[in-house]
Amino acid sequence: MDAGLSSLRSDAVGAMRTALVSAESLQLSLRTGLSQEEQALTQNKHSPKEIHKSGNEDLKEMLESNKESLKLEAMKRVVGLIAKGKNASELFPAVVKNVASKNIELKKLVYVYLVRYAEEQQDLALLSISTFQRALKDPNQFIRASALRVLSSIRVSIIVPIMMLAIKESAADLSPYVRKTSAHAIQKLYSLDPDQKEQLIEVIEKLLKDKSTLVAGSVVMAFEEVCPDRIDLIHKNYRKLCNLLVDVEEWGQVVIISMLTRYARTQFISPWKDGAMFDENEKAFYDSDSEEKKDETEAKPYIMDPDHRLLLRNTKPLLQSRNTAVVMSVAQLYWHLAPKHEVSIVTKSLVRLLRSHREVQYIVLQNIATMSIQRKGMFEPYMKSFYVRSTDATHIKTLKLEILTNLANEANISTILREFQTYVKSQDKAFAAATIQAIGRCATNISEVTDTCLNGLVLLLSNRDETVVAESVVVIKKLLQTQPTQHCEIIRHMAKLFDNITVPMARASILWLMGEYCERVPKIAPDVLRKMAKSFTAEEDIVKLQTVNLAAKLYLTNSKQTKLLTQYILNLGKYDQNYDIRDRTRFIRQLIVPNEKSGALNKYARRILLAPKPAPVLQSAFKDRDRFQLGTLSHSLNTKASGYQELSDWPEVAPDQSERNVEVIEPIKEWTPIVGKAGKTKKTKSDEKFYSDDEEEKEEEGSESSGSEDSSSSSSSSSEESGSESEEESSEESEKTSTDSGQSSSGSEKSSSESDSDQKKKKTKKKTKKAPQKKSKPTAADSDSDENGNGPVAQASSSSAESSSGSESDSEDDSDSDSVAPQKKKSDAKSKPKVEVKSKKEVSLLDLDDFSPAPTNAPKSTVVSSSLLSDLEGLSLSNVSSTMQVTTPSFCPMKTYELLHHMSGKGLSAKYHFPRQPCLYEPSMVSVQVILTNGSDHCLEEIHIGDRSPGSLSIHCFNTIERLEQEASVTVSMGIDFSDSTQAANFQLCTKENQFSVSIQPAVGELLMPSSLNEQDFCKEQGKLLGMNETSATIAMATANSSSQAINKHILSVANVGQVSSSQNNFHRFAGRTVSSGALVLVSLELKESSTALLTINTDKSVMASMLLRDLKQALAQA
Amino acid sequence: MIHSLFLVNASGDIFLEKHWKSVVSRSVCDYFFEAQERATEPENVPPVIPTPHHYLISVLRHRIYFVAVIQSEVPPLFVIEFLHRVVDTFQDYFGVCTEAAIKDNVVVVYELLEEMLDNGFPLATESNILKELIKPPTILRTMVNTITGSTNVGEQLPTGQLSVVPWRRTGVKYTNNEAYFDVVEEIDAIIDKSGSTITAEIQGVIDACVKLTGMPDLTLSFMNPRLLDDVSFHPCVRFKRWEAERILSFIPPDGNFRLLSYHVSSQNLVAIPVYVKHNITFREGSSQGRFDLTLGPKQTMGKAVESVLVSSQLPRGVLNANLNPSQGTYTFDPVTKMLSWDVGKINPQKLPSLKGTMSLQAGASKPDENPTINIQLKIQQMAISGLKVNRLDMYGEKYKPFKGIKYMTKAGKFQVRT
Repeated sequence: MDAGLSSLRSDAVGAMRTALVSAESLQLSLRTGLSQEEQALTQNKHSPKEIHKSGNEDLKEMLESNKESLKLEAMKRVVGLIAKGKNASELFPAVVKNVASKNIELKKLVYVYLVRYAEEQQDLALLSISTFQRALKDPNQFIRASALRVLSSIRVSIIVPIMMLAIKESAADLSPYVRKTSAHAIQKLYSLDPDQKEQLIEVIEKLLKDKSTLVAGSVVMAFEEVCPDRIDLIHKNYRKLCNLLVDVEEWGQVVIISMLTRYARTQFISPWKDGAMFDENEKAFYDSDSEEKKDETEAKPYIMDPDHRLLLRNTKPLLQSRNTAVVMSVAQLYWHLAPKHEVSIVTKSLVRLLRSHREVQYIVLQNIATMSIQRKGMFEPYMKSFYVRSTDATHIKTLKLEILTNLANEANISTILREFQTYVKSQDKAFAAATIQAIGRCATNISEVTDTCLNGLVLLLSNRDETVVAESVVVIKKLLQTQPTQHCEIIRHMAKLFDNITVPMARASILWLMGEYCERVPKIAPDVLRKMAKSFTAEEDIVKLQTVNLAAKLYLTNSKQTKLLTQYILNLGKYDQNYDIRDRTRFIRQLIVPNEKSGALNKYARRILLAPKPAPVLQSAFKDRDRFQLGTLSHSLNTKASGYQELSDWPEVAPDQSERNVEVIEPIKEWTPIVGKAGKTKKTKSDEKFYSDDEEEKEEEGSESSGSEDSSSSSSSSSEESGSESEEESSEESEKTSTDSGQSSSGSEKSSSESDSDQKKKKTKKKTKKAPQKKSKPTAADSDSDENGNGPVAQASSSSAESSSGSESDSEDDSDSDSVAPQKKKSDAKSKPKVEVKSKKEVSLLDLDDFSPAPTNAPKSTVVSSSLLSDLEGLSLSNVSSTMQVTTPSFCPMKTYELLHHMSGKGLSAKYHFPRQPCLYEPSMVSVQVILTNGSDHCLEEIHIGDRSPGSLSIHCFNTIERLEQEASVTVSMGIDFSDSTQAANFQLCTKENQFSVSIQPAVGELLMPSSLNEQDFCKEQGKLLGMNETSATIAMATANSSSQAINKHILSVANVGQVSSSQNNFHRFAGRTVSSGALVLVSLELKESSTALLTINTDKSVMASMLLRDLKQALAQA
Repeated sequence: MIHSLFLVNASGDIFLEKHWKSVVSRSVCDYFFEAQERATEPENVPPVIPTPHHYLISVLRHRIYFVAVIQSEVPPLFVIEFLHRVVDTFQDYFGVCTEAAIKDNVVVVYELLEEMLDNGFPLATESNILKELIKPPTILRTMVNTITGSTNVGEQLPTGQLSVVPWRRTGVKYTNNEAYFDVVEEIDAIIDKSGSTITAEIQGVIDACVKLTGMPDLTLSFMNPRLLDDVSFHPCVRFKRWEAERILSFIPPDGNFRLLSYHVSSQNLVAIPVYVKHNITFREGSSQGRFDLTLGPKQTMGKAVESVLVSSQLPRGVLNANLNPSQGTYTFDPVTKMLSWDVGKINPQKLPSLKGTMSLQAGASKPDENPTINIQLKIQQMAISGLKVNRLDMYGEKYKPFKGIKYMTKAGKFQVRT
């Protein structure tokens, strides 16, 4: 049919042509009409054929041949056509036949083609559907997945029901890869047919529950596309998502993080309120199961929701990601969610991104620019990273300039201005002009340097480059406006330059200045006006307007000299071509020249024209960018992009947090019993009575209420709390176990074998547990939440008192799919807080044990290797030591010592503390931070360190502080080489007027730095330091201090040592080196019976050892 | 998310397009061309361009613009990072990422793009997985393919995405088991006129080439890990272990990969390996300028400074330069005003110098600023930060691998203001 028609057409065209040839000579008008028709015809049918015919015909032949290689060759060429953007749609029938081909590559190429053209050839595309439907049932997961992928990519609305069905089926597929694909398909179907929304949301809901890291990113993406407002779907999955986050692939991480940012802003209360209690948060950090407690302590001003903390904690490691988008998204999460003092941890990583590609730099710099407006301090230490290089692209340069300007303050302005001087000379004139603007902004913001800047800018007026001069004039004008009184000189200077300046904006600015301050330059202003009268007609509009202004102002102030000139200019203006100027002239004339019509306004002319004008505020262009979420497209463009979702404000009152409970309560509950047991084993016999009491009580209560969870909760909670201190170990163990599924069971066996009851029960349970465990995800990632839960469960039920296991084991048995269990647990958890503080015992237990299991973000891979076990040991412990050393020094309370009291220091007070960071100046120095506060009623100047007595310790002084305002305080850091003695460092702290002798005496523990050893190395080193080098004592421990957490805390608060992972519960080891000589200091603590312990210190610095021993003894004896 | 991708060459032709959702007309690129015209330099094209219905996010690599078309809000870095990943993958596959290479391998490119993105959302970007899905073209394979008519697509379906370790495929086998690590550090510095350092920092990477059988588990420890101020890891590195012990523990991907990149902060003193003595003057009114440059080694810890290349963008007024290098060769491009001097190795006994005159445009005024000098160099067998690898251990496999570590220092953005 088609072919017939086309041949007809071509016949017709042929006929037309012959007709044309004969007609051509006869009538010209006819020709155009005909040729148009001819064109239309050829375009319709002829030309595409003619161009493609040769190529496409033989492609068609090749596709229809029997030889696989020919088909493949043809398809490759077709793909080539598609890539070039050429139309290959007419090959559709030939191509679609090959959809069922056995050859994988051919199939793939056909898929590429189908996806591209199915929309245009809907009917033919339907031919391929059955192939996909068949493939969806294929045993190979990849074939299923790719079939779904292509099927859902075919944008043909008629197959919507088929797609829906396929998606639903695939969402329940065994393979996570197929489930992932189905999550992608959801978005495709939604964009094809938004009516399916409701059904799709159901699928999303189901997939959100999925525990595979593979699926998480994709389903959240689908959630964001389809139903971003259904925040209620997230509640139950929130904690799981947080815990999985580290192991999701990087693209998924970005999506999840941005979704969680939005979520958190609706669910938690603001951490930015005044008087926030951050110490509380830090506790929460270690205490994920203290939710219950939180409820009680609500009276306190602000307490961070543990879930809020969970999110912050779990995203932090991602700052180390190699993917810049991930780093950025974590940064924005911290910016929008973290308490103010924590935001700065993202700085370093953001600065690191500046090394990346130009485009990355561009986006990161934009975000830093916005951040640096509100929080200068964050980026100030990295100021030098924003110095401009001549090779930077212009937009990068301007952004860096912007940031430098934002960062400028009294302290660094001189450095910045020196740097700016270099930029002003840049060959890139646009950049030089931007620099001048920046100088202007610095000058207005920092009053100290206004004069310097102004003088510098005046010097620039004699620059050869016009844009530079013009920009300077404009900026000077703005500056002068802020403080016009002293600057007649400059105005005069500018008047002199006036003849040489040709840039209209600059000329206009000078004229305006003349007019505004004409009374200060009474001689010059009329002269300038005279010159302008001469050249008026040749000026630009903007200059003309200002000339009229100048004339009017002079007329009012100095009418004697300028009356005629003004008249002349007004006359010129009256006939100007530009209506603005004509209007202005008319208005001014009526205003200033008194006549009968002008009336009242005339009297006020002077006040109108010469009213004092507010100085312009020079602001950052990024001032209002913070209305957009950082890192978004909208932020980058500074306009709302389509699909942008506003970040809501913090709610006044947090929505019900128990909404989220389902998932996490489960592992907690599962852990509690182990924990109880572990605690028991650890505390050994000394506390036996105490505990057995407790247990009895528990049993009683348990038996009383055998079935009902509610009433038994008090006992279980107490056991939970009491045990929680050992959760660290238990989580460590469980991590160990979960690292490889094979070993996990043995691990649980090991630990559970310690308890002698219920062996049989446990065995049976383990069998049920094993199955899901083996099958479960390869990654041990989420070990703390789900998988891992299984291991402990076995222990749990066995070791805990029978009472709780009675009800629990039932639920456990059928909780393979963990759907039933959570609900029960939830109710458990809720009821806990009420009963918690019943007896005194419990309270005390609570106090000493409030910390959390190690945040087990877990190792990434699970491979059976002998070394891994020991590796992992280190991993789980790492949290403690690392947080203590570096990451969150706030945990280990920094003692502050007084250096100078404000009474004796005449208003200057100084405090110091040891930040426990390696000293920047020299490795052998101990770094000390000194906080200087001015409590006097005047500014203190030139605070510096004065002379030191000869032979004293070497001190790296801080730079002189030029000026300290009243009530201001500044933190400076210095380094002192104590050469491993507690000898005090004496020096003089001087101000301009006074000198104060001060001394810093270090605690012995501060002379150390942590050293990382593993257990074997520790023992080896310890072996070398015996005899004389060993100091030991038996010490009495406060009962409160017997948990490992408390011990760590106390020891680390005394001495800056690093924790060594220990395989024995009753052994704690710490290692450090002296800062100055690097001598090894090994501390080991062996817990003995009846709250005593053997404290041993091995080091060849025997004086130190005894001092350290004394300090530690004291600390551990304190409750 | 990502709707379409257009590849645009330096002359402004679209030579490849790929759509993941419905087709977007290539006329959308007109907005890009407009921006391109406005920008004086190719680098100055803004990375994000809004158009009435779409947003264009572009990346410039190897003189090809990769323009992604976006329809709604998405983190721009997400797209940029992805585009760079695409370029990296192309480079990995074809050795170079040029227009010619892409055109020659258009089918592979298309297959790759198809796998990397599904409905605009990244699917598989890990090169190990991609290589299982689509075999990279080699000369041998292309020949065999043309003869037998077989293909680039992997015969077997990959297991990678489901393997225990997502970045490593199972069943890797080598006869020679070897693991090489290159510690490469780059110094970014700005040196001012008087030779003092304004800012200097060290950026380092550890690139690895690991060809080990099975599933090895490696640990790499440093003598002085405290040096590393800020680090980012390949996903294979166990973060916890690093936090706790400052030891890199990982199951490596197969083949080449970047294990770690780090930053040694500017607070630490950075050794500057070379100094420059310069005397570049333009006299007012005269059409001559003097150019005098001498390089010398400084703080190199006895190692030779090699492959030194000095380049400088001379002011626009300079017409020509008539210089005399004591070693190496120099070129001056009168159009771009780019002076580059290939010095080679610096001999401490006889310092290389470049002296001579520049001729200025008659009547042109004296340039405001002296040109900035960019220096590239290499120092073998030394990491300038002093970072040292302590030991490399392998667990999990029985054989003894061959291990090697190489250090190298390079100049990154090393600028001397004159």
